[in-house]
Amino acid sequence: MAVLKAENIRLVYGAGTAFEKTALKDLSFEIEKGEFIGIIGHTGSGKSTLVQLLNGLLRPTYGKIYLNGKDIWHEPKKIREVRFKVGMVFQYPEYQLFEETVYKDISFGPVNMGLSEEEIDKRVREAAGFVGLKDELLTKSPFDLSGGEKRRAAIAGVIAMDPDVLILDEPTAGLDPLGRDALLSQISSYHSVRKNTVLLVSHSMEDIARIADRILVLSHGEKVMLDTAENVFSRGSELEELGLRVPQITRIMMLLRESGIPVNTNILTVEQAFNEIVNLSV
Amino acid sequence: MGRDITLGQFMPGHSVIHRLDARSKILLLISYIVFIFIAGNYMSLLLITMASLLVVLSTRISFKMYLKSMRVILFVVLFTGILNIFYGSGEVLWEWWIIKITQGGINNAIFVTVRIATLVMISSVLTFTTSPSDLTDAIERLLKPLTVFHIKVHEIAMMMTIALRFIPVLLEETDKIMNAQKARGADMESGNVFKRVKALIPVLIPLFVSSFRRANDLAMAMECRCYNGGKGRTRMRILRFSGVDLFALIFSLVIFSGVILCNIYFSPLTR
Repeated sequence: MAVLKAENIRLVYGAGTAFEKTALKDLSFEIEKGEFIGIIGHTGSGKSTLVQLLNGLLRPTYGKIYLNGKDIWHEPKKIREVRFKVGMVFQYPEYQLFEETVYKDISFGPVNMGLSEEEIDKRVREAAGFVGLKDELLTKSPFDLSGGEKRRAAIAGVIAMDPDVLILDEPTAGLDPLGRDALLSQISSYHSVRKNTVLLVSHSMEDIARIADRILVLSHGEKVMLDTAENVFSRGSELEELGLRVPQITRIMMLLRESGIPVNTNILTVEQAFNEIVNLSV
Repeated sequence: MGRDITLGQFMPGHSVIHRLDARSKILLLISYIVFIFIAGNYMSLLLITMASLLVVLSTRISFKMYLKSMRVILFVVLFTGILNIFYGSGEVLWEWWIIKITQGGINNAIFVTVRIATLVMISSVLTFTTSPSDLTDAIERLLKPLTVFHIKVHEIAMMMTIALRFIPVLLEETDKIMNAQKARGADMESGNVFKRVKALIPVLIPLFVSSFRRANDLAMAMECRCYNGGKGRTRMRILRFSGVDLFALIFSLVIFSGVILCNIYFSPLTR
């Protein structure tokens, strides 16, 4: 059974006023348990709106969203339960930190869930471990951390709720290349350990190509593709029309092939490209 | 959140009122408010209210927007109106136990309600039809005489501009932070007053932190563009009085004299 299922969801902002704007148009898709989904689309394509719909921060104008087979708006009073199950990390999440210590901040979600103290302690330490925050940082004030550490603390705050689905909106924006790589590999190791579903919104095709099982492509509020990374990035010209592009390394392989070198073009990472070229010369 | 607040929102346009000099608008607004309270009987109140309605209609902004801005204070208006019914002297119209309704009380209630409604409406005209930059510019020019007392008028006006400019930014920021905390299970919609105030802490602290960060960035950016206060600073748009202002002045003077004449001519109200 699909963990998340969207059925003809549509979202209209400011319905009935002069500022009416349709952010999403009749979107339908299913996401299986344990999948790693990348979401890409140009600015204003509806990515952020979509992820807020999925955890019940916005309510669709039409259509339904099912979590584990249950309509999330079936009982609007219990929408908090949905938010615990679909964890959401916003863009620049470090700006939501507020507690006296990092430990307390990470435990904000679990405390709201009403867990026992031992359980909270266990979850906070696990979550901090996943994002690579050292124990001694937990007693510090979150405002004394570096930018990268703040971001990790904020992400840990969501992971600590142990959600069935983790959504991250541009988690690597503004980080340096090393920090970005480290964070992405932490997210992917979290995914493989917990075996839960992860949705990653990103502008970086390289990141998405490296890490996602399937990719959802949005444009002007509509679903254009939902397919494996190989299949999506094999449609390079279509992506470019949408204001997106394929990963740089895929582009290089495509150019090589155009200039007459018989390489495979469904290459997504530098390692794959390296192997492909080495095999070629043999 | 905040999207329904129309009070204090600028709506661009080309009506007569839009074309008025912001300084005349401020001064005339103040005198209208004074005369709303000077009006002492039904005739003069009717006159000033009709004049205000005429001004409102000539802004060519949909009347709905004015009603919206009044909705915010609807409760206050109704509350004071109803309360006023029970205070007053004069002929007793209806009596029950210790509750007395008098002619004076009803007069009071009508007066208070009409006055507050007119006040909000006419004040909305100023903010609806004047861009924030014109508004602060006008305030700066009007307060200029105070520089004699070493009051930094320019700095005050600049602070006002910045404050107005950042209202939407902060509203958006509040929305974002609220969503982020709601996503972590913060419950802001239920519980008693104390619980709700406590639930605001996770929103207010990040909001404070980011306001300071923004203030710091803005100060830096202003300094990088060599801002050093009002001395020797020129303007791109210079406020000028024109024929429209003269017309508005004459129209208002006629109305104001009418109010005074009505006050003298017709007998004052029992309160």
